[in-house]
Amino acid sequence: MTELSNPVPQGKSTSQMQDVWGQFRKHKGAMLGGGFLAFITLAVLFGPYIWTLDPQKIDYRARDLRPIYMAIFDSDVKVAWAHPFGTDQLGRDGISNMLAGGRASMAVGWAAMLLTMLIGTSIGVIAGFFKRLDGPLMRLTDLFLSLPILPLLLVAVTLFRQPLSSNFGPEGGMFILIVGIIGITSWMPTARIVRGDVLALKEREFVLAARSIGTKNRNLITRHILPNVLSPIMVSATLGLATAIITESALSFLGVGFPSDFPTWGKMLADAVDRMENFPERVIMPGLAISLTVLAVNYMGDGLRDALDPRIRGR
Amino acid sequence: MLTYTIRRLVLSVPTLLFISLSIFLLLELAPGDPMAQVPLTIPPEVKEKMREALGLGEPIPVRYYKWLVQFFWVEPQVLIDHMFDTRLAWHYEAVPADMSAALLNTLTEEGSIRETSAGLEMLVKDQRVLSWQTRSPVMDIVVQRIPQTIWVVGTAYIVGILIALPIGIYSAYRQYSIFDQSGTFITMIGFSVPPFFTGPLLIVIFAVHLGWLPSVYDTIHVVTDWESFKFQFRQMILPVMVLALQTTAQISRYMRASMLDNLNQDYVRTARAKGLSEAVVVMVHVLRNSMIPVVTVIALGMPAIFGGAIITEVIFKVNGIGQLLITALFANDLPMVLTLTFIFAIMIVLFNLIADVLYGVLDPRIRYD
Repeated sequence: MTELSNPVPQGKSTSQMQDVWGQFRKHKGAMLGGGFLAFITLAVLFGPYIWTLDPQKIDYRARDLRPIYMAIFDSDVKVAWAHPFGTDQLGRDGISNMLAGGRASMAVGWAAMLLTMLIGTSIGVIAGFFKRLDGPLMRLTDLFLSLPILPLLLVAVTLFRQPLSSNFGPEGGMFILIVGIIGITSWMPTARIVRGDVLALKEREFVLAARSIGTKNRNLITRHILPNVLSPIMVSATLGLATAIITESALSFLGVGFPSDFPTWGKMLADAVDRMENFPERVIMPGLAISLTVLAVNYMGDGLRDALDPRIRGR
Repeated sequence: MLTYTIRRLVLSVPTLLFISLSIFLLLELAPGDPMAQVPLTIPPEVKEKMREALGLGEPIPVRYYKWLVQFFWVEPQVLIDHMFDTRLAWHYEAVPADMSAALLNTLTEEGSIRETSAGLEMLVKDQRVLSWQTRSPVMDIVVQRIPQTIWVVGTAYIVGILIALPIGIYSAYRQYSIFDQSGTFITMIGFSVPPFFTGPLLIVIFAVHLGWLPSVYDTIHVVTDWESFKFQFRQMILPVMVLALQTTAQISRYMRASMLDNLNQDYVRTARAKGLSEAVVVMVHVLRNSMIPVVTVIALGMPAIFGGAIITEVIFKVNGIGQLLITALFANDLPMVLTLTFIFAIMIVLFNLIADVLYGVLDPRIRYD
């Protein structure tokens, strides 16, 4: 009689999250994107404490300075080491404006994304879990999907700007308005994906087991359903972040965004368009910042989708 | 299939009604006052008269109903009148007592006044949706503006699709090749770079530094001969490029994914095994099956690109419907905003329906009944 081999695997066991991280690390674009997103977030969070020039400070004597690299091509160009990114027509510093603008754009992006996920996940979970609410909630989702989003955003922002800014201040009111409106108009894809997953999960044995020991619906959802739909939520969260940043910039570009003395990347871009023949860098810097951030987020989403998909993982 | 289409058409009526109601209520509940811009010297009773002249005196349900009637009943009639030279959108009304005799004579000669037992009656045009900015019918302005949008947006969409399909097909066929990698990277860029950045960037490069192309779209330009056609072509390049970049990015991604799904199927091996040439296998067998989801994506993308064209129209100063919406919004011209937004909504519902029906027609595995 031969001895049976030990069925216990000898290799180091890994948790699911370790597997996901391992797969994510293999995706070069995702790692780069994640790194860049982390860099931008840290820069706009802590940058203003390092580069302490006030973005609103007007300095007429130092106005219309070009970025420092222009001196390489043309020695007659007006540059100053005090303002490496140049200044605008009022002499406001380029770097501190980029940081302040990034702060606003990222804050709107993150807040709108979180709100979108909150609405989308709750509607998706409720529709998937409670059969009676499924029909009405999904019809509602269909209705929202057939709304023209950008025109409605424009309408809502223009019309509701006044009362909100009188209640919460010009910046606070606009922040609430833009975040709220992006949240209300972009939760539908998340809700659909989450609902589909919940419908499948609901029939699984572990849910039945949990129910048979008397778990209440609320606990069933928070402990058993939600952790299992986390991966599609994370993937659509990255998409949501990208869309929110672009939408905010688009609104600012069209002139219905934040008030004029409050810089965001979209607003800086829009303000610079009029004089872009002479100062193309003022368009390019915020534009590049938006594009690179969105590109980074999109690549991260791609990597996350691959990493969270068990069929691809481990290949 | 037909029953499904009809059912969907019938179902789209309540959807559209709901959407129109929500847009109407959004505009109604918004605190903006169309009279906010008039000078303070105007006495309040005159202001009240002006509000009534704009149709603001009546309660909300009445105004919503009136707008519905105007949009769904009067406007189509006006359109039919315009096309077939009929007089559907006209009705007879009593001649106003203060009408001058000369005018009465000319109108009688024209045949637009008739005599009835009750007295003289004059042919009057039905009330249409009027813009508050121009006091002219909204639909007339929209009809003037739509060709500009369709020219630019439509060309961009077609160009985008024509570029996207070969890229998607070849990237999938040579998966992980250098072409595929760079193609994926470029589509990712097209996905991420917003039009309000690519627009000014292209203007700086091609219009300012190189001076090759005009940066402003001249909408009153009429194509009559070869020279004017060349001008039209050159002024369309930049806006079309901006819009086409976005379309290309989206559609080539779908095309690639769909081709990849099909390339590993058994029927492809069968086709190769019976000795068909590679060109026939890929371009006939695989492509036809992969096009099914892509066609629906193309249909679904149509309304989105109309909405997205707002930004491009603003950048290149194309006076299409997107730019019309922006100006109407800033001028607080609510009937115009309501009608335009609703037109966008109709397009979304319509193209959703077209996409679903196309899917059923193209894919024999899908049965709706």
